This record gives sequence, C-alpha cells and structure tokens, in this order.
Amino acid sequence: MSTVKLTVNGKAVSVDVEDRTLLVHLLRENLNLTGTHVGCDTSQCGACVVHVDGRAVKSCTMLAGQAAGSNVTTIEGLAKGDELHPMQAAFRDNHGLQCGYCTPGMIMSAVDIVHRHGGKLDEETVRQELEGNICRCTGYHNIVKAVLDAAGRMKVAQAAE
Amino acid sequence: MGVEGIGARVVRKEDRRFITGQGRYVDDVKMVGMSYAHFIRSPHAHAKVKGIDSAEAMKMPGVIAVLTGQQIVDDKVGNLICGWAITSKDGSPMKMGAWPAMAPETVRFVGQAVAVVIAETKNQAKDAAEAVVVDYEELPAAADIKAAIKPGAPQLHPEAPGNIVYDWHIGDEAAVKDAFSKAANVVTLDLTNNRLVPNAMEPRAAIAHYDQAEEHYTLYTTSQNPHVARLVLSAFYNIAPEHKLRVIAPDVGGGFGSKIYIYPEEMVALWASKKVNRPVKWTGDRTEAFLTDAHGRDHVSKAEMAFDKDNKILGLRVKTHANFGAYMSLFSSAVPTYLYATLLSGQYVIPAIYAEVIGVYTNTTPVDAYRGAGRPEASYLVERMMESAARQLKVDPAELRKKNFITAFPYQTPVIMAYDVGDFHASIDAAMKAIDYAGFPARKAKAKADGKLRGIGFSCYIEACGIAPSKAVGSLGAGVGLWESAEIRVNPVGTIEVLTGSHSHGQGHETTFCQIIAERLGVPISQVSIVHGDTDKVQFGMGTYGSRSLAVGGTAIVKAMEKVEAKAKKIAAHALEASESDIVIENGEFKVTGTDKSIALPMVALAAYTAHNLPEGMEPGLKETAFYDPTNFTFPAGAYICELEVDPGTGKTSFVNFVAADDFGRLINPMIVEGQVHGGLAQGIGQALLEGAVYDGTGQLVTASFMDYSMPRADDLPSFQLSHTTTLCPGNPLGVKGCGEAGAIGASAAVINAITDAIGNNKLEMPATPDRVWHAIHG
Repeated sequence: MSTVKLTVNGKAVSVDVEDRTLLVHLLRENLNLTGTHVGCDTSQCGACVVHVDGRAVKSCTMLAGQAAGSNVTTIEGLAKGDELHPMQAAFRDNHGLQCGYCTPGMIMSAVDIVHRHGGKLDEETVRQELEGNICRCTGYHNIVKAVLDAAGRMKVAQAAE
Repeated sequence: MGVEGIGARVVRKEDRRFITGQGRYVDDVKMVGMSYAHFIRSPHAHAKVKGIDSAEAMKMPGVIAVLTGQQIVDDKVGNLICGWAITSKDGSPMKMGAWPAMAPETVRFVGQAVAVVIAETKNQAKDAAEAVVVDYEELPAAADIKAAIKPGAPQLHPEAPGNIVYDWHIGDEAAVKDAFSKAANVVTLDLTNNRLVPNAMEPRAAIAHYDQAEEHYTLYTTSQNPHVARLVLSAFYNIAPEHKLRVIAPDVGGGFGSKIYIYPEEMVALWASKKVNRPVKWTGDRTEAFLTDAHGRDHVSKAEMAFDKDNKILGLRVKTHANFGAYMSLFSSAVPTYLYATLLSGQYVIPAIYAEVIGVYTNTTPVDAYRGAGRPEASYLVERMMESAARQLKVDPAELRKKNFITAFPYQTPVIMAYDVGDFHASIDAAMKAIDYAGFPARKAKAKADGKLRGIGFSCYIEACGIAPSKAVGSLGAGVGLWESAEIRVNPVGTIEVLTGSHSHGQGHETTFCQIIAERLGVPISQVSIVHGDTDKVQFGMGTYGSRSLAVGGTAIVKAMEKVEAKAKKIAAHALEASESDIVIENGEFKVTGTDKSIALPMVALAAYTAHNLPEGMEPGLKETAFYDPTNFTFPAGAYICELEVDPGTGKTSFVNFVAADDFGRLINPMIVEGQVHGGLAQGIGQALLEGAVYDGTGQLVTASFMDYSMPRADDLPSFQLSHTTTLCPGNPLGVKGCGEAGAIGASAAVINAITDAIGNNKLEMPATPDRVWHAIHG
C-alpha cells in the first residue's frame, strides 16, 4: 500500500491504494468519480481518458502512483458549475452521443485535440486523432461534427477571454 | 408540430448526465458490504472437468467462497433456456444439449465458466482464481461449421447427433424446382456471413443482493429487457419467485442485442449472494466480453436465383448452415429461421422461394441475435445476388432492381411476410440522385487515370421490425408475447410520468417518448419524465430489441394517452359545464371549441385527485395503462449506394461517398433517427471491411481483444449522406417503422458490391481486408 497525493478537479486528495492500482481505479473506486469508464483491458478504447497536467491520458495505462503530484481533471471537473464546457455542449447539440459510455473519454480526448491543433482542425485530422477512442453507437459522424463545432466555440471563447 | 412535438429535432434530455459524467451504469453502483466475483473460465474449447481444487485459494486473503458448477446443479438452479422452439423438416423438435450456468462436467467453448471466486476485493478474487486448480481432460474440438458437420467430427451434445440442432425449411420446394426448370438464366452465389462480436462499449456487469429478512433479491444488470430477465430467472432458473426479485437495468452502455439474454454470470451472482449472504458484484472485462457475450451472424450459404428471358426473377433457392456455437442461447434458434429466411424476398417480386437452414453446434461462443439479427444476413445474400445477377446478365444493377421491385401493397411474399407499405422506387431514385449515379462513369474514368479502381455498389434492403403479433409468433414457436406496456401517471400538479417497458440504452427514449406526449398535450417536455428499467416501478414490459421501441412501445404510450385524455376531457367538460365532445386539447389546456372557455391541465389533474367535483360515478385519479400488441411487423426499407476507390497496389479501400435513403415512416425526432442510421451504417461497413471473429482449429478465439478484432474507428469511416422517403406505416397510429438496425442490415452489401465492381472480381468475402482485396485483384 502507498499513499498517493494528487489534485483531482482542483481538489487536493490523499488516497491509500495498493501499489498495482491504476489511476482509473483510484478515480472510480476511491474517489467515486464514476464518470471515467473502463471499456477494455488493452488501452484501446479510450473510455477512461482524463487530463493529467493538461494532457489527455488513458487512465487505465497509468499507475495511480505515477499520477502522484499531478493535476488530474476528469469529466466531472470539466464544466464550470452549471456552465458546460463548449465541448460538452457541442456533443449535446450535435447528438454526438447515444449510450453515453464512451462519451466522457471522447470529450476529454476531443478537448485535448482542439488544444493541440488550435484552429487548424479539419474532418480528416479529427478522425485520425480520434483513433484511440472507440464508439459502437454513433458511427462517429456526429462526434466528428461535435468536435469541429466545439473547436469553433472554443476559439470564440478564448478570444473573448 | 410544436417546437418539441413530433418531427422536432429536440436535443436529448438524457444527455446532460452523460456529458457531465453523471450517468449511472451498473459498475458505478456500490452497496454496503459488497463482495466481488471473479470467474474461472475454461482455457479449452472442449474438455472434461475432472476436478476443481480450491483448497489453496480458500486460504488466500479476503476470499469468502469458491463456488463450482456442481454446487449450482446441486442447488437445482435451472439450466439456461432457448425461448423459441423450431421444428425440423421431418417434424422433430430441435435437439438441444443442457447448458448449466457453470459447467459441472464438460466445457464446450473457451471462456465457459467452471467456478467463481467471491472475495472482499476484485483483486483478491482475481488473485485467488489463479490459485484454483482445475483438472481438465482435453477433448477434440469442432471450431467451425465445416469441422462440425464432417463425418467423424467431435460430438458436442449426445442429444444432437452430428452436431445438428435442426434441419428446417420454408417455402415451396416444388414451385422453386418448377421455376428453375423454366429459367433463361440462373445465377449462383456462395457466401459466408462473417461472425461478429457485439462489443457494446460497456462490458456486462451484475450486482446481486439478497435480503435475508424479506427473502428478497435485487439484481442490477446490464439488460435490454429487465422484465424478461426477471421472468426467466424466476420461472426457469428457480432463483426466486417474481415478487421476490427486483431487476434494475439503469443506464446501459449499448446493447445491440447482446444484452437481451440472461447470462450465466447474472444467475451465479444472484445464487452466490444468498450463499455468501453478501451483495456480490461482477463486472466483465473486455476479454470476457469477447469470450462470453453472444456473437452474431456466422452463416455459410449457397444461393441460386432463376430469371426469365426478360430478367424477371422466377425463383430463389437458398441453403444456409448457421453456426450456433456450443449452446443454444435465448433467441438463437429464431435468428437464422424466422428473422432470416422470411426476409429472403427482399424488395422483389419472387414468385417462388425455398430455403433450408441447418443449425450447427460448434465449440465456440454461443451465437444469438445481434444488431439486425438474421435480417443483415438475408439482405446481404439478396443484394449481393442482385448485383451478381446484373453483372452476369449484363444489365444496369439499378435497372434490374427496378424491374423486379414490388410496387403493389399489401404484398404477400412466399415466405410468410406480408409487406404493408413501401415505395422502393422512391428510395432508390433518391439515393441515385444523391450520389449522382449518372456522373459515375466519368468519375470512374478519372480515377482510372489516377491509378485507382473506382466502384459503385447498391443495396436495397427491407427488414421486419416490431416483431409481432404475439399470437402469430407464438404459433411459430416463440415462448413469449411481443407486446409492450405503458402507464401514464398525470400527477396532481400536472407533471407527467410515463412508465414504459421499453428500455433505453442509447436510443434516446427519454426524449422521443416525451415528444409524443408534448405533441398530444402541448406541454413542454421538461414537464414529462420517462421511467424505465426497473421491475419495481414498471409493471411489465418486453424490452428493447429488433427496432421495436417506438412502433410497439411508443404505440402503447399513445394507447394509454388516449385513455388519459378521454378521462381528462370528461373532467374538463364537467368543470367547464360543456359537452365532452366540444373539448379540444391545445397548448396544455382543455378548451371548449369555439369559445374562450378553458381549463389548464394542472387544474384538471388537481380536480382528478381532490375529487371534490368529478362527474357522477367517476373514480378519482388520472393514471392509465395500456398493453399494446401490434397487428403486423413494420417494414422499414431503403436504398444505400456506396462509391469507393481501391488502391490496386495495396488493396486498400477508401470511401468516396456513402448515401442512404431510408423509409422509416414518420420520424418523431429526425436528429435521433439519423444518429441511429449512422451507427448502423458503421456496423455494416465494419462487417464488410474490418470485423470478423477468428477461431483457430482448436477453438481458441484468436481475436479476443481490441488489439486483434478490428473495431471500426473514426478514421475507417466516411461521413454519411442521409435522406428519407416516407410511406407511413398503416399498422400503428404513429405511422412509424423503426430505424435502429437499418444501417447494419443494408450497408455491408453496398460496400462489397462497390469493391467487387471496382476490382472486376465478384469472389470476395467479408471482411474485405486489404490483403483479401489485393489477392482478389492479383489472383
């Protein structure tokens, strides 16, 4: 057992976990942040994507201990109170989700994609960048639309700040 | 239509919880004192279980129990059932071997559970499972249809000699023989319909809790049909009587058919929760999903079609071997029979059809209904046949189809189905226009100049949804009725709760069903809640599968609403001192037509519950129930056209365009309908290009992870161009047909027809990987 100290969604936490505990399990089991999902056991599906120090990470690929001292944002920490993040709003407005299971990971990946590419996003780039997130419901059509829509909204939001 | 009524593109009410991480799936639920189950599964496709030694495991930290297959048999937990009886040609019932929840003596597929460890934590259960020693005596395995039906093949079940479950047929063999004797041309086709793994993104999970004081069980489970689960667990598996068992299917992360069935893990969790007197949680991992979720498709077929000299179809003859895996899953028997062979007429006038279907046991994961269930197999066969025929007869594939389309409705096919309505010319014309079919030769020539092989492929599918009526399916062997229930509760403040037996696991019922209410009453959808997925709340329901929720469940809601409105009108007429026949409902108000007199819904509701001034003899309250049994299937149909390019150097396929023109009848929420089609198309394209479960000769599933099984990803797919044509379904008051499976049913043939058109070789199986395509080009 080890004590892992990290910041999750802006809050400092200290958790005692077995050394083999993965970050996703720390979030789900110890912190009850069940919005981050597990969809596979080979780091392929992306349902578990969170942000670690501002970068998208598959939280099933990282030991909890490796996240010690990090600043972790999960899907629960993305909105500002009642105000949805533009990516969340774009997923809703473009019907970019159906069963919702892959959605948190999709949204967290998508935010990272927009951050990395800025205004240079096109459909092909979005499709390539989403390669690590699997959805079985939507055929990706509306997810791609949502990401492109959000990229525009995020640019506007950034310009306003 | 109002802004939130029928036909409005309303954003989904359920989305807020999903996009903020507040969805509540089974694995998110925790109970006080919860323990964790981990199953010990056979590494062999076929073996005797000689012994299970759990002594060391029991000494390990946190271990509460190790339970085995023999114990579950000793406790008289029932074997898994198959709920649809099929009768062979010779009149004999289908031949099935027993399927215990955990194997006491013999394992018949890799992944079949033999024992379960219950421990304080998930990791402790996993660790202890490593210490359980199972002594297997390996037996030879039959890993596919060919291996299972050859003489001297390993036998799976003594009850099914030759591994044959049934040898069934449909249609008129003599009429088909006669048709072929008059044929000017005969087209033949050998096809494999590849085996798919469902892979809903949420793995199956179960939490079982036994309340000793009340002798009552609660089961949280990833189910598409919690009431059917409760019925089967009660009536057949002897877990508990229905009034002592509550089944809850909360948010469910995709189903596609794979979560219809009541699997061994849920049964064992319930049984074990009483044995250890603790809540027991099991959450499958992805490998377990690959090994134990019922797979789909897996047909090998031979088809022949006879044409007269004018290229009119005279007859169709089909022989299909269907792989059922090692056990007969809940609705498996119906899939290659009544959900497949009954759709072999496609969109065409085919005077004579004869189909034989041989169901085969193999040492593989059980196969059952998956995303289209039988209809994709039928559509793929018919539509590859039409394209093959067009090439052989040297006619345009669209023209050949048009020449043979059914145009007069209702139309009785030779294989049971009575199509109620449709306009197949309208769909193909819309699709051809959308893709600019006339401009294709020029585009092909240009691609050729660029060194690419360009092809175009059609698929004109028809399917049957809202499987019904109950009496008819009962006469064909179904063990259940296929109606749906709805209960409308208008609360005293005028808010409305709709309790439905349909279950939403991505379909958007919480929005669509509200739109039906909004349309009728003119109230905002925020005033309406949809309640589903809990047997303690909803009285009974048949669940969601086969694109039935709107046509059957939605109609039940309409029927219950009619009763609510009738009573409310009486109350309003009484309050307004008007005649009941003069009351109309508009914008949430009951108005006396032609006057300014009105009373708002909340006041009518309040009057119903205060009961101070109701019409003479009227019961208080405003709540009504309806059970709706459809009179016929619905028949969604459409035309898909795929245009793509093949790189002859690599065999790689790239999409140029994919157009879909579907007829789903009336659309309640076009945005949701389009989303359903997108997902289905991705599945159909996935089957055509990427997906396929591969077993080696010993019955090991080689493709048991996302590293090995090629799931469609965002960069494998194009954006889709959708349109709709409309013929209203006459069988239900909404005029709706169902849209959940259409894409998966129609898309595969369009893709393969396009590739074979591009490369000029019709011999190509799914999945058409670059390797296969390259070999088809270069021999």
